[in-house]
Amino acid sequence: MSLDLHVVIDALKTNLPDTILDVKTFRGETTLLIKKEKIREVCHYLKKDFDFKFVVDITAVDYLEFKRPRFEVIYYLHRFGPEFDENMRIRLKVEVSEEDLKVDSVVPVWSGANWLEREVYDMFGIEFVGHPDLRRILMPEDYEPFPLRKDFDVRDREASKKSFERALREGE
Amino acid sequence: MGVNMNSVLGGDGFITTKLSAFANWGRKNSLWPMPFGTACCAIEMMGVFASRFDLSRFGAEVARFSPRQADLMIVSGTITYKMASVCRRIYEQMPEPKWVIAMGSCTCGGGPFDSYAVVQGIDEFLPVDVYVGGCPPRPEALIDAVMKIQKKIEMQGAPLV
Repeated sequence: MSLDLHVVIDALKTNLPDTILDVKTFRGETTLLIKKEKIREVCHYLKKDFDFKFVVDITAVDYLEFKRPRFEVIYYLHRFGPEFDENMRIRLKVEVSEEDLKVDSVVPVWSGANWLEREVYDMFGIEFVGHPDLRRILMPEDYEPFPLRKDFDVRDREASKKSFERALREGE
Repeated sequence: MGVNMNSVLGGDGFITTKLSAFANWGRKNSLWPMPFGTACCAIEMMGVFASRFDLSRFGAEVARFSPRQADLMIVSGTITYKMASVCRRIYEQMPEPKWVIAMGSCTCGGGPFDSYAVVQGIDEFLPVDVYVGGCPPRPEALIDAVMKIQKKIEMQGAPLV
């Protein structure tokens, strides 16, 4: 018996009511807009009951003035077989407002989410509540701006220079 | 330099020169490169060291991965600010006299990466002797750079310590 994505969505709707705000399908890719407070619960459910073992990526988008709330955090989940046509991919989104830059961490669900959430924190400054080690991962630890935010000038090297000079002074 | 093969002097032959010129002659024909490869240019650099282009023809084939045993730093690849402090520190660990080749567009001026993280030319923090443009440069270009370093050592040399 092959499993279809709408089975998963229906089960989510039944078992976790009021978590899915929107369902979009575009060119065979399904995106669920999830209520922010429920994201860990949804992830846990998808992993436990539908075997979405693999968190492919966690990323974010900054819409700046084009949309409110300003940020979206995006989760790509994958389910492996066992049958070939039971391989499945799903995209979850949560909206994060500028005033409350906090999302529940999904590291308790997949430990692989650790570095992915650190990257989102590093680039967008979104805090993951419950993350075991939320430090910058790519930029120096004393770096201040969040470079993938749309109001950051991508050519602004001043903060990098400051970190570099500090590293030279302190012999890192 | 003058060479004397006069049989009156025993026929062994001898060379008259200045000590500094003799030292520089030795230095230029026995460069010990320290490869600082961070990107695709490093692959071309490996090509230069390997048999097809064979940098050993210029006496510089023994790449040292310890800066303390090297006198020529070949920086090949994009240098980010986070890597820059490491690069600078490794440069400082090299014994004098020492030379630096900036290999590729990224090390010369940031290349295509006009971004918050990438150093726009390693001469921001290192004294570069020879710049090699290209993305990546052909191996011949790097060989030319090594030859220019040799020329520089021959012409200017370095003080005898």
